Amino acid sequence: MRFGMGQQRITRAECAHVAALARLELTDEELDRFTSQLDELLDHVAEVEALDLEALPPTMHALPIANLLRPDTPGEVLDRDEVLAQAPFAEDGQFRVPPVLGEAP
Amino acid sequence: MSDEAQTIPGLGAPADTEWETVVGLEVHAELATATKLFSASPNRFGGEPNTHIDPVSLGLPGSLPVLNEKAVELAIRVGLALNCRIQPSVFARKNYFYPDMPKDFQISQYDQPINVDGWLELPSGKRVGIERAHLEEDTGKTVHIGGGGRIHEAGYSLVDYNRAGVPLIEIVGHPELRSAEEARQYVSELRSILVAVGASDGKMEEGSLRVDCNVSVRPVGSDRLGTRCEIKNVNSLRSLGRAIEYEARRQIDQLTSGQTIEQQTRHWNEDDGRTHALRSKEEDYDYRYFPEPDLLPLDPSTEWVEQICHALPSLPRDRRLGLAEAASSVDIDHIALAVERSMDELALAAISEGGAAERVMTHIVQNLADGAGELTAESLAGLVGMEEAGDLTATQAKKVLAVLVEGGGSPQDAAQTLGFEAMDTGELESLVDSLIAQHAEEWSRFCEGDAKLTGFFVGQVMKATQGRADGKAVTQLLNSRRG
Repeated sequence: MRFGMGQQRITRAECAHVAALARLELTDEELDRFTSQLDELLDHVAEVEALDLEALPPTMHALPIANLLRPDTPGEVLDRDEVLAQAPFAEDGQFRVPPVLGEAP
Repeated sequence: MSDEAQTIPGLGAPADTEWETVVGLEVHAELATATKLFSASPNRFGGEPNTHIDPVSLGLPGSLPVLNEKAVELAIRVGLALNCRIQPSVFARKNYFYPDMPKDFQISQYDQPINVDGWLELPSGKRVGIERAHLEEDTGKTVHIGGGGRIHEAGYSLVDYNRAGVPLIEIVGHPELRSAEEARQYVSELRSILVAVGASDGKMEEGSLRVDCNVSVRPVGSDRLGTRCEIKNVNSLRSLGRAIEYEARRQIDQLTSGQTIEQQTRHWNEDDGRTHALRSKEEDYDYRYFPEPDLLPLDPSTEWVEQICHALPSLPRDRRLGLAEAASSVDIDHIALAVERSMDELALAAISEGGAAERVMTHIVQNLADGAGELTAESLAGLVGMEEAGDLTATQAKKVLAVLVEGGGSPQDAAQTLGFEAMDTGELESLVDSLIAQHAEEWSRFCEGDAKLTGFFVGQVMKATQGRADGKAVTQLLNSRRG
């Protein structure tokens, strides 16, 4: 289903949900601003959607090539001490992070 | 499984309802490559934490993934072995925040996976549909370090990224399994296939094979799917069976007591033998998949796929058929076990060297569970020949076999070293006669028909000969002496 121009395509609540998924904390003013900006973006998408592109194959990628592969040959690894020295916290050769309880998603 | 699955109304279920368990499995297998999926760090189990790391597996700014050719080849092998269609595919970002992935997304395949629409045949002959088998990267490992006191506020976690970026194939089966036992057979067969084609070592205990089970129940005869629960943390075939049985029971209890099933992710706890709720569908993650802009599409040429197909080794199903043909009198479970242990080639070779099939298979199944070591097909055939000729008893043969497994060599030499020379019939006769004379009372009871005394005399003979005598020959001799 297509919307007419000027009709709202994204609600404020949807925008807040997207922000929460991206771990962004937005003020009320920001939420209003981004909702209307995202709405404009979707207007543009709708313009593209309105075109008759039946005859064109979908473009998955900007480059007209596929299958860029690398041989399965081991290469250099990073020095652990050097890497961990740049982490905020480290312990026992590992990155130390705030407690993670429960399963990975 | 379909998200539109209907909840079965528990209140409407009569007490005598018979229930059917419905299981669909998602299996993750680490691919046996030398390096990671998108970078050149080694793909190896174990090792000091954070020693198999590079800019790509740490998600450092500016680093770019490049796809490992071998991982693609192994994925295609799996696809072919599972009768899938190999198709052009693209990688996608699965976005979530969790420290096991430093990029804050996992590269996977989403709407265009490499392998689709296949099937796996169970040893029973039943075919289970495979929806897809796609490539993705593994995550790092996190360990929680408790801080004591209030657990939810104290402590911290440690992260090791050695596993981050290791290539995985995720094999998604249709919900066509109908019991815990079928699910076990499916995983066991799938593991055998993965090992046979060289795609994975299949070690559940090292986490290179991981299984998530979707379990639901429904009244027998219903063609709708019940609401499912996904069970995680199943780390062995045994716990797979237990977890499914427990979960099906829990759901049936829930439904028969008038409640409904909530769609949930549940965690199997090996210690208490139960599943525990982790999160419900409402809390489920919204991964916002989108095509990975840093990787090009993958479109394996027909020539490459054909080349991989021709080089594919023979699969467990065909190997079972081959062995069953050569050892037709042997139990089918033993045939399957020999193939599962990759002992079928040895068995076939020993049989074609002239070894009696049943005896060969007895050794394979009972005495070679820990591998064949230095044992050759020729010496296994020779050993079986000595047993057939009555030169070795079953107990002696087992001991000779152990020597051959340990250090190789010929069964004749090993038997001689162990002092297992076949007893001369005359020697055995005179020994039995002297024992009869020594134990006159036991002998008369034996002659009166006390069968227990057979064991007594055989035991005496074995003691006197240090196990060299053939138990069967002794029994025959005793019976002929009794007249």
